[in-house]
Order: sequence, then structure tokens, then C-alpha cells
Amino acid sequence: MTSTRNVIAAALVVVIGLALIYTVTASLPPFGSFPTRYVDGKIESAVGEAYLENAIWQTGATNVVTTIVWGYRGYDTLGESTVLFTAVVGVIMIFRALRREE
Amino acid sequence: MIMGLNYIVAMLLIAAGIYCLLFKRNLLKLVIGLAVMTDGIHLFLISMGYRLGGIVPIFSSEVAPSLSEFAARAVDPLPQALVLTSIVINICVTALALSLCIYAYRHYGTLDTTKIRRLKE
Amino acid sequence: MAGMTVIVRTISRILFPFIFLFGIYIILHGHLTPGGGFPGGVIIAASVAMLILAYGLERVLKNNAFLRAEVLDTIGSLTIAAIGIMGLIFGSYFLQNTLPLGELGRLISGGNFLWLYVGVGIKVTAGILLILFAMLFATWGEKDDHGA
Repeated sequence: MTSTRNVIAAALVVVIGLALIYTVTASLPPFGSFPTRYVDGKIESAVGEAYLENAIWQTGATNVVTTIVWGYRGYDTLGESTVLFTAVVGVIMIFRALRREE
Repeated sequence: MIMGLNYIVAMLLIAAGIYCLLFKRNLLKLVIGLAVMTDGIHLFLISMGYRLGGIVPIFSSEVAPSLSEFAARAVDPLPQALVLTSIVINICVTALALSLCIYAYRHYGTLDTTKIRRLKE
Repeated sequence: MAGMTVIVRTISRILFPFIFLFGIYIILHGHLTPGGGFPGGVIIAASVAMLILAYGLERVLKNNAFLRAEVLDTIGSLTIAAIGIMGLIFGSYFLQNTLPLGELGRLISGGNFLWLYVGVGIKVTAGILLILFAMLFATWGEKDDHGA
């Protein structure tokens, strides 16, 4: 198991892991600073702050996360329901072909 | 406690998933590697929207006395909504991948990726 | 697939209504507490899977469970489409909130979120049960001699 190809691949995985850790801890804003976002050197405010201020009196529901899922981003959830339906159809198709082979 | 421990663990999970995809030859172990990598990505997305000393974004009168104070103390709700969608899609992808593994085992008789490449029927 | 012993069968028969009720509670309170349609549907599907494990597969093959799950899946999808078209007729765009918003914190509040969650919960339950049935019924009645 210690051929040269395996050693090079293991070193590559270690290098990728260290590069990912360095990139994340050096160039992202520090952990826990939610409303500040750095876009091209300027400080902008995030979209989540606008959702937190307006979602409760506009829809009358107290759970902000599920209001975003169906109220503000409803088309994405509709697409996800279609993906679920398509996956179920694909699994049924594969197993019906398996049963017909016997 | 080291600040930013969430980021380091998420990157370690992604690196472990890449290692499993490169080094294993069994088809089922490749599916496990994909699932571990997806979990690392979800952890990274959620921990990008954290506020120090924040509360859950669900409003009730015992947690915050008024609406403006609730909006000034709550955690970011947008990445949590997107990860909710992503978890369901991950279920569908894993189910389809596993059923394709069963179909390949019926056809070739083996689950080794180096042997499947050579049998052509 | 054979069933399990008497102890497992009795306990799972006692526990099944409580887990079913818990799943319905999480679906219906989607706009007040964490949860919603997707985890509630998975909980209900897991309770039915627990019964299948305890009682064996012969009891499920007699009644046509496959057809019932397919019908439930279609009913859930049509509910979501009907609520969306109702928003198009009474309002200006698809999936608009046109039902009256109640007061904050009651069960009937928030417009059409409640009915959307019921539709998604039925759809996710039927989908996961269909995946389970397709995998089990295809390999039913064959001997295990693939060179273990």
C-alpha cells in the first residue's frame, strides 16, 4: 500500500485540508460577526437583518425561518418538492426493472 | 475556547470526505464519503451566520420584550432556511445512488470499481 | 422478512399512536415552533417503518400498500398546486398569501402557511414510504446465495 502514487495522493489530501483551513480563518470576517459583510472593502448590511425586521408583522407567524422557506423563497421550496418526486419515480423505475429480470 | 472552531471542524470533515473518495474502492464506501462531505458543507454554511450572544430567531414574549429588540439580538435566519432545503435534496441523491449500487451488483456480480471497468457485457 | 418476538411486537403496537401524534403535532405547529413539514413527514414514515420491522413483511403484502402510497403522494402535490393557483386568482402572483392573518401566536394564523405545511407533510411521508416499499418488494422471496 506504500506505492509512490498513494504517498503523493495522501500528501495532496493533507495539503488541501491545510489550504482550506488557512483560507477560511484568514480571509473571512471573524466568527460571530453577523450583520457586517465585507464586499470589495466596503461594509454592507446583510439580507437577514431585513428579514428579521419585517417578517413578523408582514405575515403574522412567529417562526422566521419557516416564513422564509415558504413566504419569501417559495419557488425554491417548490423546486425541492419536484426533486423529491423525481427521485421517488427514479427509485421505483430501477427496482421494477430488477424484478422483471427474474 | 478557540473562536472559529466551527470552521476548522467543517474543513476537516470536507478533507475526510475527499480522502474517502480518493482511496476507497468499494462502491458503498464512496457513497458514505459523499454524505460526510455534505455534512461538512452544511456546518460551514450555518456557522457563517452567528452573532455573539444571540438568541433563536423564533419570537415569543418571554424571550424578547419588543420586536425591535428581538431584531437586534437574533441569529441570521437565511442560511438555516437554505440548509433545510439542502438536507432534503441530500436524502434524494443518497437514495438514488444506493439503488444504482444494487443494480450494478446484480449486473456485474462485484462491487469493486477496478473490476467493473473491465467487464463489458 | 420474518417478524420479531412477542415483547417487541407488543411494545411497538403500544408506542405507534404516540409517535404518530407527535409527528402530526410537529407538522401542524410549523409556524410557531421549530419543525415544519419536512421533519414531521419523516417522523410519521419512521413510525410506520417500525411497525413493518416488528410484524414482518407478509402482513403488508396482502393489502395493496403500494397503490395507497402513490395516491397519497399525488394528493399532497395537488394540494400545493391548488393553494398556489388560489393565490393567483385572488391576488396578483403565484403562492400569494390571501387568507386572513390572525393574531400572533394562535394556531390559525399566518395565512396559508398551515395548509402548505399539511401538503408537504403528506408528500414527504408518502415519498419515503414509497422508497422503502420499492426496495423491499423487489427482493422478496429470493434465496440469499450470492456468494456471501
